[in-house]
Amino acid sequence: MKIRMLFVLVMVLALLAACGGTATTTGGQSSAKPLRIAVVMPSATTDLAFSQSMWSALKAVQAELGGESALELQYSENMFKVPDAAAALRDYASKGFDIVIGHGSQYGSSIQEIAPDFPKTTFAWGTDVNTFGLPNVYAYTAAAQEGGYVNGVLAARLTKSKLIGVTGPVEVGDAKTYIDGFVQGVASVDPGMRVGKTWTGSFSDVALMTEAAKTHIAAGADALTGSSQSVVGSIGAAKEKGDVLWFGTQSDQASLAPNIVVASQVYDWSSILKQMIENRKNVQHGGDTFVLQLKNGGLKIAFNRTYPLPDDVKKAAEAAIEGIKNGSIVVEP
Amino acid sequence: MSEIITSAVLIGILTSAIRLATPYLYAAIGEAISEISGVVNLGVDGIMLLSAYGAFFVALNTGNLWLGLLTGALVGVAMGLLMAFISVTLKAEQGISGIGLYMFGLGLSSLLFKTTIGTVKTVVGFQPVRIPLLSDLPFLGEVLFDQSLPVYSAFLLVPLAWFILEKTTWGLRLKAVGQTPAAADSLGVSVDRVRYLAVCVGSMLAGLAGASLSLALVNLFQENLTAGQGFIAVALVYFGGWRPLGILLGALLFSTVNAFQLWMQVLGVAIPSDVAVMLPYLLTIVVLAFTVSRVRGPAALNKPFERGEH
Amino acid sequence: MSRLVDALLPVFATLAALLIGAVMLLFLQVNPIQAYAALWNGAFGSVNAFAETLVKATPLLLVALGICISFRGDVINIGGEGQMIVGAILATWVGLTFTESPGWLVITLAMLGGFLGGAIWGGIPGLLKAYFNVNEILSTVMMNAIALQLMNLLVRGPLIDPAGVAAKTYLPQSERLPQQVWLGRLVPQTLLHSGVIIAVLLAVMVYVFLWRTTIGYRIRAVGLNPDASRYAGIPVPFYQALSLTLAGGFAGLAGVIEVIGVQHRLLEGITSGYGFSGIVAALFGGLHPLGLIPASWLFGSLLVGADMMQRAVQVPSALIDTLLGLVVLLVVGSQMWSRRLATRRVIALARKNAEAQP
Repeated sequence: MKIRMLFVLVMVLALLAACGGTATTTGGQSSAKPLRIAVVMPSATTDLAFSQSMWSALKAVQAELGGESALELQYSENMFKVPDAAAALRDYASKGFDIVIGHGSQYGSSIQEIAPDFPKTTFAWGTDVNTFGLPNVYAYTAAAQEGGYVNGVLAARLTKSKLIGVTGPVEVGDAKTYIDGFVQGVASVDPGMRVGKTWTGSFSDVALMTEAAKTHIAAGADALTGSSQSVVGSIGAAKEKGDVLWFGTQSDQASLAPNIVVASQVYDWSSILKQMIENRKNVQHGGDTFVLQLKNGGLKIAFNRTYPLPDDVKKAAEAAIEGIKNGSIVVEP
Repeated sequence: MSEIITSAVLIGILTSAIRLATPYLYAAIGEAISEISGVVNLGVDGIMLLSAYGAFFVALNTGNLWLGLLTGALVGVAMGLLMAFISVTLKAEQGISGIGLYMFGLGLSSLLFKTTIGTVKTVVGFQPVRIPLLSDLPFLGEVLFDQSLPVYSAFLLVPLAWFILEKTTWGLRLKAVGQTPAAADSLGVSVDRVRYLAVCVGSMLAGLAGASLSLALVNLFQENLTAGQGFIAVALVYFGGWRPLGILLGALLFSTVNAFQLWMQVLGVAIPSDVAVMLPYLLTIVVLAFTVSRVRGPAALNKPFERGEH
Repeated sequence: MSRLVDALLPVFATLAALLIGAVMLLFLQVNPIQAYAALWNGAFGSVNAFAETLVKATPLLLVALGICISFRGDVINIGGEGQMIVGAILATWVGLTFTESPGWLVITLAMLGGFLGGAIWGGIPGLLKAYFNVNEILSTVMMNAIALQLMNLLVRGPLIDPAGVAAKTYLPQSERLPQQVWLGRLVPQTLLHSGVIIAVLLAVMVYVFLWRTTIGYRIRAVGLNPDASRYAGIPVPFYQALSLTLAGGFAGLAGVIEVIGVQHRLLEGITSGYGFSGIVAALFGGLHPLGLIPASWLFGSLLVGADMMQRAVQVPSALIDTLLGLVVLLVVGSQMWSRRLATRRVIALARKNAEAQP
């Protein structure tokens, strides 16, 4: 027993010593201090999809504002476990970051828990539309169904086997809306065309995504699309088969497979970020919902220049884009 | 439903099933060899992960898939030596050290992946190789004889393992060491040496399981790629009664249900995906429950052997 | 002297593992001193960090207490993850169903329910081992897989958040529990909740149970030497099953704590691997309930520090997971040696007693 007591005593002493350790300062804001933004993401900043879209936007805004001295950025990537992400969000807030972004629809409940504890911090999360009625929470989303529609039009016109495959992660957020739009786009060209959908149940499980893609291809699909950071698996499977076309979203995915990527819908979050920064000057920390659209320039369709797209198909796609912009085509999420 | 299950779909499901069974076969047969000698190795999943990473990394950077496969096997042997040292020489509690090995393999593979590769990338993996003549057989031809080389060797392992275990003196020694180590010892068999070899062979096969996963099945590496497949393999050993044929049946059952639910989703059959994903595990438990009283494993399993004590 | 070494063995193992970690860091071209400073800072560097450590230590302690009981009964419980999940599921169900009852009642019900759920989840493998000779390592691992799939099914189906359904986001999580079920917060702006006090009290209770009650004594006897215990008339299978059942109960409690104290709802990933790291903490604490208190606190600090290390110097937290695995191997490899010596002593004593009797 004595040894145990000694052990506990040593630990208690260590505890006391640690109490006197370094404390982080959360000082007030002076005009010379840079603005500080932290972002928590479910995958790598180089995932050529969801996370990369936000990180590129942040870097672009940073460059525009004048570099690191004007805007300090910090990120936590690969936070696909929600409790870990929650700890990171809370940590950033307690360290006095001005804007804390939870970039992932799985982070909503964490933001809901943490935001009330830090009323002076701006929180933002997406893709979703719920600000929980909290004054310091922004929600942002992308009208992914718009680009989905355009991709659907392209896929329906280019498929030879008349079977299209969709590899989805979890049926939520922009993953769901993108695919809804895609299906409508396909139907607008050929209402009878078959679109097979699979949901892996995970945003991050790339291996499952690969299996799903391979199954679609084995069933005869020659055009594939999908959403989330795990699509690299689907793209890999399509690339391996050689003649399966890919339609991307969230970021420009042409570099992953230059010969088979036809087009990608690209998210541009920078206008939203700038709005949030602007609002802080008027002491507004939240309450709004932002939506990226083709109309407001938040969404863009990037055609892969390496892929030989027939003129008539391209014209059909551009007509679809115009139609959505001017409201003549309505895509329901 | 019956219009959907065309023969084309059936072929598709079975082809996927054969492919998906591959890592289970390697890992479970390897674990069976280890357990027959008396050592239970719960670290299989961790070994698979580290080997999958090693194989993938080498293949990614050298472009040579065979070199990658070799790396996977070698990583397996290295981990096996570690496990053998701790379980056989140090006579530590096997279950816990297996878990420690699992945590080590899981952590190290993630660490190395994040620092040396960073984001998920794909390679062009082992491609299917058609066996002439046999692959022209109706139905069976496409399902069995148009797979990649690691898949073929996984299935060839089954009769090979059976032969070694039942028809060679080494197999006899292995079983003796696992059933009655004291008797084997008195007959001059070095219990420790046999167990070391068994554990290392088992781990090497686990290494091949991991490599087949990252180089022949999904052709990529990500954190926790195996998602517990190693533990399922350990269960399959029990399921199959420590016999290669039983393990083959178990692995096929598991992977067929898996392939089935994937195809059902693709074809739009309305099974909620969560139920579908659960099916293989549920089936495992059901079968486990039925084989419970029937099967007896190696008597000396999970008992470190010491001279002069029994 | 040997008992001092026994107690400090885990500390030496951790230091050895950290040293190996430093070598690994050098290979990865990271300054180990910088990395470990971030680790320290992350665990002890601020009030928030300190609170986070205790928050992580709580479920670790609870799981470890269960492991302690089962391991003392010579039963290996790998099923911590599954038992935690079942406990969490039951706590969520209780919290969402009894919304009209006073807070203290619901919290108590949730804890009892969670304990019961975990106990059943541990009891099934326990029974299978005791009366059908099914290897508990196998059965507990299978139960883990089933529990995980069960939770997935529930949070995407019957238990899914109605707010998520209405907003069409369908996130795989349960509805948020009403505030009366939440465990009280001890320090504002942090996650530190009263669960930590409950856990420490339980640790003391487990100590009393194992060393001061007949049942506890019998569990330990069965663990030290099942043959001698059988000879002495103790029904070994029963006590083995009991120890696994109790272990499951405590892991279930850890699940309850995470739901009502930290997350306030059921969601995927709620176990955060505590089912496995609890095993490490148990080993580290020398399988003694009171030793588990500083041990789980230390492990909590390692886990929290690891996250911080990842944020501050971009060293993946996977490094710590790797080191934890090494610690297990080192501790188990060295500790078992002394345990076997102790067992030999007990056997020799039992033989002497047997020979002395007519």
